[in-house]
Amino acid sequence: MADALARKDVSAVELTQAHLDRIATVDGDVHAFLHVDSEGALAAAADVDQRRAAGEQLHALAGVPIAVKDVVATQGLPTTAGSKILEGWVPPYDATLVSRLKAAGMPILGKTNMDEFAMGSSTEHSAYGPSRNPWDLERIPGGSGGGSAAAIAAFEAPLAIGTDTGGSIRQPASVTGTVGTKPTYGGVSRYGLIALASSLDQAGPCTRTVLDAALLHEVIGGHDPLDSTSIDAPVPPVVEAARRGEVKGMRIGVIKEISGEGFQEGVKSRFEESLDLLRDAGAEIVEVSCPSFEQGLAAYYLILPSEASSNLAKFDAMRYGLRVAPEGIQSPSAEQVMAATRDAGFGDEVKRRIILGTYALSSGYYDAYYGQAQKVRTLIARDFAAAFERADVLVTPTAPTTAFKLGEKLDDPMSMYLNDVATIPANLAGVPGMSLPNGLAEDGLPSGFQILAPATKDERLYEVGAALERMLLSQWGSPILTNAPELTGKEIAR
Amino acid sequence: MSVHTEDVVSYDEAIATYDPVMGLEVHVELNTNTKMFCGCATEFGAEPNTQVCPVCLGLPGALPVVSHTAVESAIRIGLALNCEIAEWCRFARKNYFYPDMPKNFQTSQYDEPIAFNGYLDVDLEDGSTYRVEIERAHMEEDTGKALHVGGSTGRIHGAEYSLIDYNRAGIPLIEIVTKPLTGAGERAPEIAKAYVSALRDLIKALGVSDVRMEQGSMRCDANVSLMPKGAQKFGIRTETKNVNSLRSVERAVRYEISRHAAVLNSGGTIIQETRHWHEDTGVTTAGRPKSDAEDYRYFPEPDLVPVAPTRERVEELRGTLPEPPAQRRKRLQSEWGYSDLEMRDVINAGATELIEQTVAAGASPPAARKWWTGELARRANVEGKGVDEFGVTPAHVAELDSLVRGGRLNDAMARQVMDGVIDGEGTPTQVADARGLELVQDDGALEAAVDKVIAANDDVAQKVRDGKLNAAGALIGQVMKEMKGQADAAKARELILAKLT
Repeated sequence: MADALARKDVSAVELTQAHLDRIATVDGDVHAFLHVDSEGALAAAADVDQRRAAGEQLHALAGVPIAVKDVVATQGLPTTAGSKILEGWVPPYDATLVSRLKAAGMPILGKTNMDEFAMGSSTEHSAYGPSRNPWDLERIPGGSGGGSAAAIAAFEAPLAIGTDTGGSIRQPASVTGTVGTKPTYGGVSRYGLIALASSLDQAGPCTRTVLDAALLHEVIGGHDPLDSTSIDAPVPPVVEAARRGEVKGMRIGVIKEISGEGFQEGVKSRFEESLDLLRDAGAEIVEVSCPSFEQGLAAYYLILPSEASSNLAKFDAMRYGLRVAPEGIQSPSAEQVMAATRDAGFGDEVKRRIILGTYALSSGYYDAYYGQAQKVRTLIARDFAAAFERADVLVTPTAPTTAFKLGEKLDDPMSMYLNDVATIPANLAGVPGMSLPNGLAEDGLPSGFQILAPATKDERLYEVGAALERMLLSQWGSPILTNAPELTGKEIAR
Repeated sequence: MSVHTEDVVSYDEAIATYDPVMGLEVHVELNTNTKMFCGCATEFGAEPNTQVCPVCLGLPGALPVVSHTAVESAIRIGLALNCEIAEWCRFARKNYFYPDMPKNFQTSQYDEPIAFNGYLDVDLEDGSTYRVEIERAHMEEDTGKALHVGGSTGRIHGAEYSLIDYNRAGIPLIEIVTKPLTGAGERAPEIAKAYVSALRDLIKALGVSDVRMEQGSMRCDANVSLMPKGAQKFGIRTETKNVNSLRSVERAVRYEISRHAAVLNSGGTIIQETRHWHEDTGVTTAGRPKSDAEDYRYFPEPDLVPVAPTRERVEELRGTLPEPPAQRRKRLQSEWGYSDLEMRDVINAGATELIEQTVAAGASPPAARKWWTGELARRANVEGKGVDEFGVTPAHVAELDSLVRGGRLNDAMARQVMDGVIDGEGTPTQVADARGLELVQDDGALEAAVDKVIAANDDVAQKVRDGKLNAAGALIGQVMKEMKGQADAAKARELILAKLT
């Protein structure tokens, strides 16, 4: 697309309009978007066309439209984080990554659907209704960034931004047959991301190819003085690595604890086939052990709610967003308004986690819960360090299963949480991870191949990812997305 | 709102039975140009909500970034208080709801303060010194300010609605916490006042805060408990919040000691609670009980990287510390040759720096003192201003002094010139020129006037001739009148005495 724009085969306005048309046609089925900004996107595209016509030197992605997860603040565009409590809130400022997209001349198509405050693995916890998987509209598109992944898979957007706190970029990529990268913690500024768990959150690219992801990664990455946790170093050479794609002589570690035990049969066999491809291409496959990973899920579900309970305290009905008057009270106190608003504005999953987090941080329980969880986090970082002594990258299937059906796990939070077992350790340790399409499982649905690299060595994800993508392409004939079912917009009456 | 007045016993009686233990927590607002975690301005008195941004408003997605200037100010305060400086410390979140706290948590420091284990030696009235041990000095952010509208008292009770100004939200604060102060006995209130006063001087000398208690840039919380004389175990304490003048610190501590004693004498127990100090009535009233102690759910602030000042930088900062105020005062007093009483006047007038600059500009120490603690202090007092608010500079005073010493002006004329300077008529020389003030240097004219006055006042002249030299004063007055004030009184005296003795 970028090349076509550069050759002026297509204008940015045409490209943007085409995607807006596609959204109009299929989003009734998919519900990837919470808000579409046709006017703003077309204006930005027109601006790029004008500048290109004037001979200005533009960024490679200038004019390529993009969708942004609704947890990212966009000046003048509604930003709700999938929650009723922020319904109608329009931020007066842009997240740093949004400023960078705009600076690169990328029109923003709109805001994508997500689990409320990014809590969930299916986008069913969105206060505005679930998104659907373009491969099978009865199935979930993953979460929490299901909207971004579904928009890519349904060709509503060529690129999208996701955020990954425990797998919310990679797991949706896995179940929608797309590429998703979680950069090293601090690799992309968090300024303007409505925080779920500050020490785990990381924004990253959602794309159809590894090279696309690298190009987008380069645009949004890099140090930001507004985020003190952002890494003060240049963006790793990800584009170069994605163009090269070479695994010869590389040591690829298979994590024993997450190598397919208890995983869906088709997911497991696709994963093993890909290992064979990598081996054939000259990589050395080694087995590594990360015993602490088994406690990762438990630690994650203490740290995340603890931080979330504090981060969400600001939603007090006083300054922005929803305000609900409590019923049957003449002149309610601020506390009563706050309670009524939170009751109406927060969904069950959010309430569940706020209560959990408040409990875990309370005096008397801190040491037993939050303190212990932080220790596990240290152990996981040590496991990673040891594993990366033996291997250049680590690999696992991204998610244990292909997309499950809408509603299937909604009443079983534990089974929903288990979906993130392979992705969570990377967030706890702050290391980068990528999921790329790994062919279709026995049920005809996409599965994902996860690559993990040491912190700040993000380029290795792209190096290995691009190589595997090329091999899989020759095996599956074309990007597997083109095998996706056609969407007509009429399949589900709304 | 009616204030329930509680029983108190006399202070002497309280002190005869009990040993007071104090703990003082002082909040100091730093005078950095920007806030603790964002680049917003911090100017006092700006229009409400004009110095705010997504960060200090706590808008969703906004992130804090630590102000290095604030950290360095904190380190300098720590060093000046003889503290150890942490090699590595973190901010923590203190989670609680407060109407004017935008994030509903305060970014503060908890178990890892930037400075700890220090002391400050405090000089007392009787010339002795009390060592106040410092537990910690930590960094945090200030909250916004609520304005309650519609009630009669300006308090939230009875108000129709509240307005919130977030200009103050995020201004850097340093909280300085003492260890329990024991063994103070009856001097406890004096020590409390002297400590806050010494702390104020010290921080002012560091130049890191305006330390204006009346504007809230320095606030003191006073913890007080009593234990029976000779006991080891501390009693139950109360915390009197936000006491905002030196005098109130002393009075509030004194009041709480008398009140605690009354409760204990009657067999009661002290309730651990916060108290509010009422300047007008001189009493404290109960605030929030600590029995429903809040659980702040502290945890390390994940949005901020740890603070790890290098040892080299700490030593560099140590090198920027000013001479300790108490030491400096002793040095200046001896350099200027002031008596203890004169020096105390200077300190009370807040004129130490002004005098130092005035002397540096060439004035004699006695003249500098006379102007700043005499005429200017008197006028400042009348007009309810500070001596530094007239627009009179040390250079002005030095110039005026040189005009007097050079014989151009006498004291009365110099006062007129000072009036002109205060009224903005220019420098002392310009004022003297414009007003035509100049001692008559023509000895002939003076001599003529002296002769005329002696002739006209023969009875007085005779007294002088008889050796009553004091009587010459009356003649000098007459000469001055004759010369319309523009005569050198010393010279007139010389002449009169020469002619009559």
